[in-house]
Amino acid sequence: MTPASTTASRQLLPVIPLAALFFAAFVLPLAALVAISLFRTPQFAELSLAQYLRFLSDPFSIKVLSDTLLLGAEVALAALVLAYPLALVYVASGQFMRTLITFLIMLPLLTSTVVRTFAWIVILGRDGIINSAMLSLGLWQAPARLLYTWEGMVLALTQIQLPLMALPVINSLLRLDGNLTRAAEGLGASRARTFVTVILPLTLPGAIAGWLLVFAAAATAFITQTLVGGGRIILMPSYIYQQAVGVQDWPFAAALSLVFTLAVTGIVFAIGALSRRYVRGIDAV
Amino acid sequence: MSNTRGHSLDLMDIGHAFGATVALDGINLAVAAGELIALLGPSGCGKTTMLQIIAGFLRPSRGEVRFDGARVEHIPANRRSIGMVFQNYALFPHLTVFENVAYGLRARKTANAEVATKVEQMLGLAQMTTFARRLPGELSGGQQQRVALARALAIDPGLVLLDEPFSALDKNLRLDMQIEIKSLLKTFGVTSIIVTHDQEEALSMADRIVVLNKGRIEQIDNPDALYDRPASLFISSFIGHTNLLRGTVTETDRVLLDAGPEIDLGRSVQRRRGTPVTVSVRPENVEFGAAERPGAIPVTIRVTVPLGAVSVTEGITASGEAVKISQARAATTAKAQAGSNVWLAISDLSRVSIFSTPVDDVSSQQQRSI
Repeated sequence: MTPASTTASRQLLPVIPLAALFFAAFVLPLAALVAISLFRTPQFAELSLAQYLRFLSDPFSIKVLSDTLLLGAEVALAALVLAYPLALVYVASGQFMRTLITFLIMLPLLTSTVVRTFAWIVILGRDGIINSAMLSLGLWQAPARLLYTWEGMVLALTQIQLPLMALPVINSLLRLDGNLTRAAEGLGASRARTFVTVILPLTLPGAIAGWLLVFAAAATAFITQTLVGGGRIILMPSYIYQQAVGVQDWPFAAALSLVFTLAVTGIVFAIGALSRRYVRGIDAV
Repeated sequence: MSNTRGHSLDLMDIGHAFGATVALDGINLAVAAGELIALLGPSGCGKTTMLQIIAGFLRPSRGEVRFDGARVEHIPANRRSIGMVFQNYALFPHLTVFENVAYGLRARKTANAEVATKVEQMLGLAQMTTFARRLPGELSGGQQQRVALARALAIDPGLVLLDEPFSALDKNLRLDMQIEIKSLLKTFGVTSIIVTHDQEEALSMADRIVVLNKGRIEQIDNPDALYDRPASLFISSFIGHTNLLRGTVTETDRVLLDAGPEIDLGRSVQRRRGTPVTVSVRPENVEFGAAERPGAIPVTIRVTVPLGAVSVTEGITASGEAVKISQARAATTAKAQAGSNVWLAISDLSRVSIFSTPVDDVSSQQQRSI
């Protein structure tokens, strides 16, 4: 070994424990998943691509996947729409308000997802806060079904994943040169025009980063999807769970997992690559 | 082009405070239409606050801002029709040069054909026509500045505000750009206010200079008057270089310098006998002289620095004060050997300024504020 490569391997020494953990807890299970998905029967007989063909030829499975990706996209979009006003208020605020807003954004991250999800059940339930309030105000005649609906799920997931959106958007707004917005205003642009033509395009990298994070997190949020969506809406995480634990069809569950993983990461990479192409002109931000 | 395109601007008793900190106090300024004014002062003097108040980004705590005689404090920045040129140019990095210049016109919902004509005209004036399709990141500093000015002028502003417009440029390019931009602004006939901490920039650009210090106006005057007749010791040392010599008033028109001689100013210094004063003499107003000349100051030469056309020599007086002499190189060489003892004389006593402020005050003040 040359002295240079000895130094290089010395430098790698500290990361060995993490690499070992990553290998044992991620690479090996993933390899096992790939291996399991290649069996034709739940009894692990016969290697084939049968499970993948089964997925592709099954309209129900395809619908579950597209619904799941749609849920992720909708939640990420809702979070984006909510995050911008919050980020604009943050950037315009003084130090005290900034600290307060940061604290409020971070607070949900300090509680368990299960707790946050149960809070939404209490709010959305048949006897929940919204229904009780609307009924006692006489605005609604009968309790509305909010829990176990698509909209309820989007709402709960949006709130739960909002920090993942707010932080990157705030970060890119903070890096935006204040003179650019002053220049736009000075040239006669209204607030709305300034936002659409200057602020939004120049903070798009942060928005896209946040969108991808929320998209991936919402699409794969097993606990919230299951508890707020109930058994009525079947999405990929619960579908995989059902196939693995309920039906005991491990090969199909493994194939579903891999297809789902590929779909989510594929979208993340595709949008990431597209945005990098677009963002070339914005290297100043 | 006519010289009346711009607004006249009046600031009347403007004051502004950020919390307990007073940023501006008792600001009164009348700018005529088409005039080019420089707001000059060290950082923290309040010039940026003043610019933001004129632009409408900041509402003054008190006082009135008038464009053509009409009050505008309540009008937000985006309806004041002001062209702004920022220190870092603040070009929109995601838009082409063309779209940057077109931005203000599009915000006014100008028809496309008219936008194209106007932008072409502006890019022509700024000599940037061939760069229309480029992004700002692909331009040099000087080119970005031309685009920034074209963008500001495209909206036919009544007033153009330039915030430290040359500070990001190379020193060599700076004078060229100053000349170019001054001529563009004058051609346009627009009222312009340039904020700067660089006295050379203010002297070369402005019709009149407003010197700000600690939130107050110290003097408003044309560049020559400011240089030759500074109203305060602060200005005499902030604008250009100067020698500050300690002295004492002996007669109504005479001051005895600590450095040795008594100088006859030929005019009343308007101070009582015995008053300690500071005498400000520009380096180019000092020359090498003969011992017998009245008012000659004996010094020991310390060093000579050739600066191209002129040489600057520093001598030390018997009282320990440093005196700089700036003279044509040829006049200097023979006499200014380090260590030699020579006599200096003040060439033009009418261009000497007298202040009551002690020298130490201004030097400590400058260290704080520059």
